[in-house]
Amino acid sequence: MKYINEFRDGKTAHTLAGAIAREVQPERRYHIMEFCGGHTHAISRYGLSDLLPASIRLIHGPGCPVCVLPIGRIDNAIDLALNRGVILATYGDCLRVPASGGLSLLKAKAGVGNMRADVRMVYSSADALKLAQDNPEREVVFFAIGFETTTPPTAVVIQQAEKLGLGNFTVFCNHVLTPAAIANILESPEVRLHGTVPLDAFIGPAHVSTVIGSQPYEHFAEEYEKPVVIAGFEPLDVMQAILMLVRQLNEGRAEVENEFSRAVTREGNVKAQNLVAEVFELRKSFEWRGLNEVPYSALRIKAKYAAFDAERRYGIEYKSVADNKACECGAILRGLKRPQDCKIFGTVCTPENPMGSCMVSSEGACAAHYTYGRYKDAVAG
Amino acid sequence: MTVRKGYIRPIDFKHGRVDMTHGSGGRAMAQLIEELFLAAFDNDWLRAANDNACFAVPGGRMVMATDSHVVSPLFFPGGDIGCLSVHGTINDVAMSGAHPLYLSASFILEEGFPLADLKRIVDSMAQAAREAGVPIVTGDTKVVEQGKGDGVFITTTGIGVVPEGVNISGDRARPGDAILVSGTLGDHGVAIMAQRESLGFETTLQSDTAALHGLVAAMIAAVPGIHALRDPTRGGLATTLNEIARQSGVGMMLREEAIPLREEVEAACEFLGLDPLYVANEGKLICICAPEHADQLLAVMRAHPLGAEAAIIGTVHADPQHFVQMETGFGGKRIVDWLTGEQLPRIC
Repeated sequence: MKYINEFRDGKTAHTLAGAIAREVQPERRYHIMEFCGGHTHAISRYGLSDLLPASIRLIHGPGCPVCVLPIGRIDNAIDLALNRGVILATYGDCLRVPASGGLSLLKAKAGVGNMRADVRMVYSSADALKLAQDNPEREVVFFAIGFETTTPPTAVVIQQAEKLGLGNFTVFCNHVLTPAAIANILESPEVRLHGTVPLDAFIGPAHVSTVIGSQPYEHFAEEYEKPVVIAGFEPLDVMQAILMLVRQLNEGRAEVENEFSRAVTREGNVKAQNLVAEVFELRKSFEWRGLNEVPYSALRIKAKYAAFDAERRYGIEYKSVADNKACECGAILRGLKRPQDCKIFGTVCTPENPMGSCMVSSEGACAAHYTYGRYKDAVAG
Repeated sequence: MTVRKGYIRPIDFKHGRVDMTHGSGGRAMAQLIEELFLAAFDNDWLRAANDNACFAVPGGRMVMATDSHVVSPLFFPGGDIGCLSVHGTINDVAMSGAHPLYLSASFILEEGFPLADLKRIVDSMAQAAREAGVPIVTGDTKVVEQGKGDGVFITTTGIGVVPEGVNISGDRARPGDAILVSGTLGDHGVAIMAQRESLGFETTLQSDTAALHGLVAAMIAAVPGIHALRDPTRGGLATTLNEIARQSGVGMMLREEAIPLREEVEAACEFLGLDPLYVANEGKLICICAPEHADQLLAVMRAHPLGAEAAIIGTVHADPQHFVQMETGFGGKRIVDWLTGEQLPRIC
């Protein structure tokens, strides 16, 4: 904990806050998107925006893997667990994501009519593999979600399953890619048409970047002239990154800088990248909640490992389902709106009864604001 | 004429298992009660062999509380479902300021459950009740078919009497009041988590399960006018404070740096993505008192073995929204909200 607490030190935070306050230019506003849910969570949990000058606005990006999962994919998972008799192994965060017909994996587990889904919460892909080994008479499907950080462990269990000759284990692959999502946001009309959504700079992902390295972001810095600072998930990391971004913007620079150099290199983890390339290939297109179809933004399992691909084994067909009309998750995930701008925020949509995905995961912009920051709305209004 | 000992085959507590006859009301059940429960809990009320316990009570206001226990695993570092079920109910009674007097215990056993485990649990209950000085005076046993339970569930009920002049309730927190805790938070929850096989990490941490009525008695002796007491079990400190804030119609401000946490708990929570403020405790209490009593109570708590690491962690203030907030160690502010969903099932 010593090594973690060093990055949560209040005194250093005040020193950094002082430096940021001195360096912001009085007439200028700074719109900084933190891409990752991990950053969103840290900002809210440590009350970090209280330490920043009013001219810095933090925009919560779409980097929460649970939040960007579209309803249709959850529907697929529920169908597998409810109607195909499989054990569905999933990360806990996915359990409460609202799907079609008022269902969620948690509700399917409790029972729908006289059907009950066998849904098991796991902490890792290895737990899912073990479930398959422990239940040889049952088919086990691992509901794989997440960005580049969780992809290598999924690749590992697919290879292990092959080595073990496990016939009852498959993966329902929903892994998505960070750079494609950032590109999508930068290409969106709201950002490109100047003034609609000001977006000046990015705080780049922490854990994702340990895998993919800092190199993939160089394109955004060069092509779109947006500075990127890769930052760790501790609050001091975020403060330091904000200071570095303010300096870049003040000096008119647009570079990729690495605050998280204790873990991230330019090349990333080449071994993990090779492993992913061995097992997965790009999908032509994938639907993201909030961003719609994004080309080449997700992975699927290569034909070589078809035996472990749940989509192939169960003939899963994807059907896009529109979000609840009143739900603003889409606009919030694109940085167009803030959680408190949504009409149903905190009234119809709460962590207990989430309508949209941003209210589900603690990394979601709405859940983070509801859980840690909503007292500010009470003061304001 | 008494039955000769030789005509009854003693229960095999080494290899035997619970079967349906143990809940049938017949001879097998009678034998289980006599050789297991009566032998362990041994007191005059049980020996009377009625379906109830009859006792005289001192005058004053009585308190009654009940608690069901479904913890998994049944045995965990620092305790088991047996002592937990005694401590849990004693603490619920004691949080009114009452002196706990008697307990009842009701068992739902699953067919096939090893009698050796049952004996271990019952012996642990008996020891906990003896140490607390609160006898288990009546009880019940039912057996469900295999697959319809999970080994054993235990419900205990307790009654106690509140001393004259004591009025402790969750709706009595007032602006200006101090908020104290009796020690480190999250120990029970993390000890249980570490034990669950699916998590597979090791820690030396033990559950804090303990009966708190002795600590409460010492606190009341010093300050009879304590406003509120509560043990932060499921949902942890955060949820318990939100309950009190709502009951009393007040807000609270905590200081993160003042909240006592063990390093192992902090590290395990970090690793599992949990917030220790939401993790269950089974041997800690929260105390809310007038500001002028805070230092005296803190000294009394620290002088007691179950309150050695007590701390003043925040204050009560007026807030129509009833928010529990916290000044983070980082220098910002945030809400400490109700627990959402279920952080960890079957923790007690």
